[in-house]
Amino acid sequence: MTAIENTGKKKERVPMREQKPDVRGRNFQEVPFGYSEEEAMQEASRCLNCKKPFCVDGCPVNVKIPEFVKLISDGKFADAAQKIKETNALPAVCGRVCPQEEQCEALCILGKKGSSVAIGNLERFAADWERNNGTVNIPKCKPKNGLKVAIVGSGPAGLTCAGELIKEGFDVTIFEALHETGGVLIYGIPEFRLPKEIVKKEIEFLEKLGVTIEKNFIIGKTATVDELLNEEGFSAVFVGSGAGLPQFMKMKGENSIGVYSANEYLTRNNLMRAFAPNAQTPVIKGNRTITVGGGNVAMDSARTALRLGAEKSMIVYRRSKDEMPARKAEVHHAEEEGIEFNMLCNPIEVIANENGFVTALRCERMELGEPDASGRRKPIPVKGSEFEIPCDVVIIAIGNTPNPLIQSTTPDISVSKRGTIVADEKTGRTSKKYVYAGGDIVTGAATVILAMGAGKTAAKSIIEDLLS
Amino acid sequence: MSRILKREQLSEQVWRFRLDAPKIAKKRKAGQFIILRPTSDSERIPLTIADADPDEGWIEIVFQTVGKTTLILKDLEEGTSVLDLAGPLGKPTHIEKFGKCLCIGGGVGVAPLYPIVCALKAAGNELTTIIGARNKSLLILENEMAKNSDHLFATTDDGSNGRKGFVSDVFNELIKAGEVFDLAVVIGPPMMMKVTTSLTVSAGIKTFASLNPIMIDGTGMCGGCRVSVFGETKFACVDGPEFDAAGIDWNELLRRQNSYKAFETKAREDHICRLGGNS
Repeated sequence: MTAIENTGKKKERVPMREQKPDVRGRNFQEVPFGYSEEEAMQEASRCLNCKKPFCVDGCPVNVKIPEFVKLISDGKFADAAQKIKETNALPAVCGRVCPQEEQCEALCILGKKGSSVAIGNLERFAADWERNNGTVNIPKCKPKNGLKVAIVGSGPAGLTCAGELIKEGFDVTIFEALHETGGVLIYGIPEFRLPKEIVKKEIEFLEKLGVTIEKNFIIGKTATVDELLNEEGFSAVFVGSGAGLPQFMKMKGENSIGVYSANEYLTRNNLMRAFAPNAQTPVIKGNRTITVGGGNVAMDSARTALRLGAEKSMIVYRRSKDEMPARKAEVHHAEEEGIEFNMLCNPIEVIANENGFVTALRCERMELGEPDASGRRKPIPVKGSEFEIPCDVVIIAIGNTPNPLIQSTTPDISVSKRGTIVADEKTGRTSKKYVYAGGDIVTGAATVILAMGAGKTAAKSIIEDLLS
Repeated sequence: MSRILKREQLSEQVWRFRLDAPKIAKKRKAGQFIILRPTSDSERIPLTIADADPDEGWIEIVFQTVGKTTLILKDLEEGTSVLDLAGPLGKPTHIEKFGKCLCIGGGVGVAPLYPIVCALKAAGNELTTIIGARNKSLLILENEMAKNSDHLFATTDDGSNGRKGFVSDVFNELIKAGEVFDLAVVIGPPMMMKVTTSLTVSAGIKTFASLNPIMIDGTGMCGGCRVSVFGETKFACVDGPEFDAAGIDWNELLRRQNSYKAFETKAREDHICRLGGNS
């Protein structure tokens, strides 16, 4: 290992090397390369090891940040990974997709005057190092307690809950509706942001711990929650079925050919791998694509369109850039790659040709008025500002609502007006005894780490309710 | 994984598979469907459940070899397995004693109609069934339908079996002869359903059509299967697959069926070409 030269100046954050925008915009490989050992140690050495580490408070699962960062700066990479895993079961995933800039890194003291410690980059490094060097440690599980717990959905909430419970001695079965495990990590987040190989490794790890996975099993259809509890011998059920129902604009022409929900577009590419040369699942590869929306899913869709060969991949968003809910880093990546942003622009109609194929999106200009319920300035249409943008694919990425399958087949579970399952934030308990819920099915579409936190909270309650 | 217990050819392009699926067999009701993926590279395709036995734990699917996925599926041998099978999906057909029911099936659509015929019959309805296909070799389940219907009419476009003509011709004659029906269920190719349901609806019969649009997950997640019904967008997978035929935007449905036509034609040709080995 070569020592990094110390220039004596205040140490700057070590940037992560990544594929050049013009290259990566045409392939599906991951954008950042990750830190080398030297880079990781150098970055880790910036940490002040605060006595009162605020960063830990910013993490929904309270990863022991200063401790694992110190281990990296000492070159003890395997130990660092172990340290993270004490509280976070999916560090390779979180290191990539967590919004650290709003969580741990936002509270880092170094960030007050300069740039915070790159906690996310370091987390990713430790997890990748452990995986690549084969030092993954299978923790000892407690002796079997003879109780069975069912987990509905294999996304981040379900995987985390399963991991906690299997270590505690429960028999754990995850029921997944699709043919692959991982939920949004598999069907939603694209390869260039989260390689599927990483998700598969995390799931293999859970299987090694003894978790059973039943794929192609749709709770609410193949069996109901009540049947799991009353006929299949499960003592508790955790519902982490996600926010899977796509919303549309309800505008004229929206059922034209070439209009996709972001869910469908991403599922075709991520789960069904439509981008691969020999793919059997088709996707319309547009030359001029428009993605409607300003969140991370919109960025993922627009960047996927570019990688599928679009000459121009555009984003249309009705508010301004300041109101976009997407992570800054994702917006930055998208801009670098040449995604065109059309702000204050609201779609009102999809125009199609006589065969039903999309030819343009009619939009109107917006201006910002007073703050609305979300606290963001409300966009108001500018009269007479309508115009058309020629395009052949339109992707609607304006959010998802919870999938109603469980709610509609479990009569005695409380459901909110928004269709989410009502669960106590601090315990994950629902109105139905021995049924727990967490993740997007409770909060509406949110982040991977919040779902993981909820999975963990529910696991604690399950342990408490079943074992005491 | 779901084992193929029995594999039968019903006509030149139509196959019937019996699949080991105890959980689905126990839960399924008439009108519901499954999603399957024959092999690891395959597309996910929706197929209606044609029959099932909850005691023996099997379901049956009937499919026509129209694209690459169904061509791969039909080549799977008895005793081997379909890689992925999920269900039962969609809302079941609403079954009660309506009185006089009319069931009309076209082509391979006769297969999903069969469990509905059986369920309506079992509920005490008087059943008139009309089935049709392009020619004799494509006409399926005639005996099964005869057993469960009070009146059965079979037609072929070319007259090679039963009477010559379309299912709609038989319907028109029945109406002319003064027949009245309380309910109609129509299943078949979209164009046949469009034409036939326009007649039944005009005759004042409450009509349901079972749709089979393009879909991926079958659980409401992708929205690829959206159809306009009475001006409102519905997802065939979770809101259907059956809808009031009077409200279905058939032209939109027909257009959307062609979304991937160029891709599908090429995939099918490449597949047949490789099998033929004459390239």
